[in-house]
Amino acid sequence: MSWQVKTMAERTGDLLPGSPWTAVLYVLLTILAVTAFVTLCGLVLIYAERKVSAHFQCRLGPMRVGWHGLLQTIADTIKLLLKEDIVPRDADALLHILAPVLSFAGMLLVMIALPMSPSIQVADMNIGVLYVTAVSGLGVLGILLGGWSSNNKWSLLGAMRAGAQIISYEVSATLALLVVVLFAGTLQLSGIVQSQETGWWIWRAHGCGIVAFSIFMIAGTAEINRTPFDLAEGESELTAGFHTEYSGLRFSFFFLSEFLNMFVLAAMASTLFLGGWMPLHVGHFTVFNGIMDLLPPGLWFTLKTSAVIFLIMWFRWTFPRLRVDQLMRLEWKILLPIGFVNLFVSAACVVTGFYFFAG
Amino acid sequence: MDAPNLIAAVQALQPDATVREKTDRPTLIVPAEGLVALATRLRDDPALKFELLEAHTAIDWIEEDRFELLYLLASIAHGHVLTLSVSVDRENPEVPTLCNVYPIAEWLERESYDLMGILYDDHPDLRRLFLEDDWVGFPLRKDYEDDFMLERPE
Amino acid sequence: MSVNVSTLQARISGESTASSPLSTEEYFVNMGPQHPSTHGVLRLVLRLDGETVRDVVPVLGYIHRGIEKMGEHGNYRQFVHLVDRMDYLAALSNNWAVTMVVEKAAKMETTDRIQAIRTLVCELQRIQSHQLWWGVFGMDLGGFTPFFYGLRDREQLCDIFEKTIGARLTMNYIQPGGVMYDIHPDFVKDVKTFLAYFKSKLPEYDTLMSENVIIQERLRGIGKLSAERALALGATGPVLRASGVAHDLRKSEPYGLYSQVDFDVPVGTTGDCWDRYWVRMEEMRQSIRIVEQLIDNIPEGKTFMVKPAAKIKVPAGVHYSHMETPRGVLGVVLVSDGKESPYRIHCRTPNFNNLWCIGEMATGGRIGDLVAMLSSIDLVIPDIDR
Repeated sequence: MSWQVKTMAERTGDLLPGSPWTAVLYVLLTILAVTAFVTLCGLVLIYAERKVSAHFQCRLGPMRVGWHGLLQTIADTIKLLLKEDIVPRDADALLHILAPVLSFAGMLLVMIALPMSPSIQVADMNIGVLYVTAVSGLGVLGILLGGWSSNNKWSLLGAMRAGAQIISYEVSATLALLVVVLFAGTLQLSGIVQSQETGWWIWRAHGCGIVAFSIFMIAGTAEINRTPFDLAEGESELTAGFHTEYSGLRFSFFFLSEFLNMFVLAAMASTLFLGGWMPLHVGHFTVFNGIMDLLPPGLWFTLKTSAVIFLIMWFRWTFPRLRVDQLMRLEWKILLPIGFVNLFVSAACVVTGFYFFAG
Repeated sequence: MDAPNLIAAVQALQPDATVREKTDRPTLIVPAEGLVALATRLRDDPALKFELLEAHTAIDWIEEDRFELLYLLASIAHGHVLTLSVSVDRENPEVPTLCNVYPIAEWLERESYDLMGILYDDHPDLRRLFLEDDWVGFPLRKDYEDDFMLERPE
Repeated sequence: MSVNVSTLQARISGESTASSPLSTEEYFVNMGPQHPSTHGVLRLVLRLDGETVRDVVPVLGYIHRGIEKMGEHGNYRQFVHLVDRMDYLAALSNNWAVTMVVEKAAKMETTDRIQAIRTLVCELQRIQSHQLWWGVFGMDLGGFTPFFYGLRDREQLCDIFEKTIGARLTMNYIQPGGVMYDIHPDFVKDVKTFLAYFKSKLPEYDTLMSENVIIQERLRGIGKLSAERALALGATGPVLRASGVAHDLRKSEPYGLYSQVDFDVPVGTTGDCWDRYWVRMEEMRQSIRIVEQLIDNIPEGKTFMVKPAAKIKVPAGVHYSHMETPRGVLGVVLVSDGKESPYRIHCRTPNFNNLWCIGEMATGGRIGDLVAMLSSIDLVIPDIDR
């Protein structure tokens, strides 16, 4: 069974020569769809986080607004929208306002590259992995600016921690991604997914895949500032870190991009290591693969991403926070050397063609 | 060491110390002048070894026109206790600080300066502990008055 | 010799102590009075060099209510209810400390039943207080889940107290001459149910926190306090015991029925945050042992020796008595002039002295360490400010 990848961008291209106005309408619809997806995804993630954390902590979580608290997040969003928007007197007003927008924009730009199913992907660049890595780095700029422009020492400390942390862990995350890029032989995200037709990279690569996946999960959790790496926020240490001085809508931008970054991380992890929208295939066992193909690719993607998101939430509600120097030690003295060794080993594997179902 | 032996031992160190009546711990009245030297010896003497200054407080005996300062010492190694009582003039309540003997005294003395107005000579950081820097008066003194005072029932 | 009265401004505008080539410009940050990990209204003025703490200046008094002055304006029974508001997580211990000094001074008789009830409820409260501390400790280190685990189990004890005492936080139960009410008929059964429940939950505490590698990394070797320094700084309770001094008034000067029960005093070795953590965890297990020994052997007898309205008069003089609360030694200096209300009353509170150690511990650590140290001291701010 071969998969026909058709992205939104390609469809627009097909439409353009015949009826340019339909193409424009299609672009607008796509933009609307991405925005709607981001909003909906945020709502679902926040609800899921609340329920998951509640059940980890022997409580029920939101129960009152809507069935089992389904509408609680919407109520909270309305509350955040109605709150007074405060810019501190001595803050740098322009940067203070710009920071959450930058943070949100970085996340939004990554969204368009994620392959959610053969037909649901906005643009399929041939340098997809590089694009995602580069653009997701924009988020740290928002955090740094937000912390600096607030003119608050706690914010500044949080921003500096975030800057040091995100930039350090980006190295390890990228090294882990390179392992998959080596095996797949392409930077194109849909190409990486299709390269996993005979099995996922996490188990096809003699352990290199598992090591790379673990490093990517650890470094990724650090990049999105979640416990045990939530030093930038560190509510018990820095009150609220970089967003201490933010309120209302601007705070919710930071909050939303934090949650959606978690989605991006999970989507990337499942695309690169768990086959993305590709159903679970084992080699050339046609019967088994055929049964697995009964589930549509979009559902596979959703299931895998949800599983990774659950794992990240599990981290958060179990572990305490690391200290700032331990955080740096973990990256530069432990993760980075392992990442390098892993990269060399996998390069050797690729050169010799020594991995499961190489054909 | 039991109470009579302890008092005898301390009186050997400080001959002009007298026993204070009406207390339930062995208590000696000592002059303010030799307080630091006495406390140092009480702490360092291996037979006495009062390593813990458990509490320090001041009492305002307004009718006798004096403050009485209590230093409650305890020895964990030997399990015995001793109280030192120092009387100071109400007009000029100056005593030497015990900060260099017991570091905890720095806070205990700041508390009693704050609430009782005792002045500690050579204290490294004598300032109000609970009340603001510009508070007027010392609330635990018996002649302290402000607008919200309650009357003491007879 | 000179008396030099200074101000906070003078204290914090001291000279820079930066020395290493990496040191940058030092700056001051106010941690508190509104800060999530100061557990109330404690203000710490931090002198920071980047993330490194150079100096800690605690500023107290944000919840100073003048309990000692108020005590001079009421009778002894009224003072018992004021001290509930000091260390509100160990209100029963505070009640007992005042009761003890009044009973000792006024030479009031008590029965074994009274003492057994007092010992029981105080030990239960020690467990309750440590449960909350454990939860908050986890929260300060960045993990939210321990907080809910701690509160979940604490709730059971709150219910037991509510049945007998009628209150969940400020008890006002132990009175000079007895206890306010006899125990509820269900008390013994409830406590046994709780003990069985809690013993099954304690291993959960260990798997969630004690055995976690991040917790170990964060706590070991942090905030060290040697035995000599701990004594000199006036620390008591778990803070002193973690430094290796086995000073527990329940053992050295037994009051209540502590002389009749068998328990160990857990002692640490290095006096770091981990030792303080471990000592408190172990104290919970020892408290369970004490309660188990007493719960089946509550003697019969009266629970109040004097009429509740009877006036208490204490002979003139200076009286002192102290006891071991969950946080350390709580002593009460009672100066009486023979009247119905005290002439002067002073409380030597454990948190006040324990907090003083933070300056010694924190210097040179990181902000994250400071939070762990503050939490390992187990502060209750109203107990400091009084």
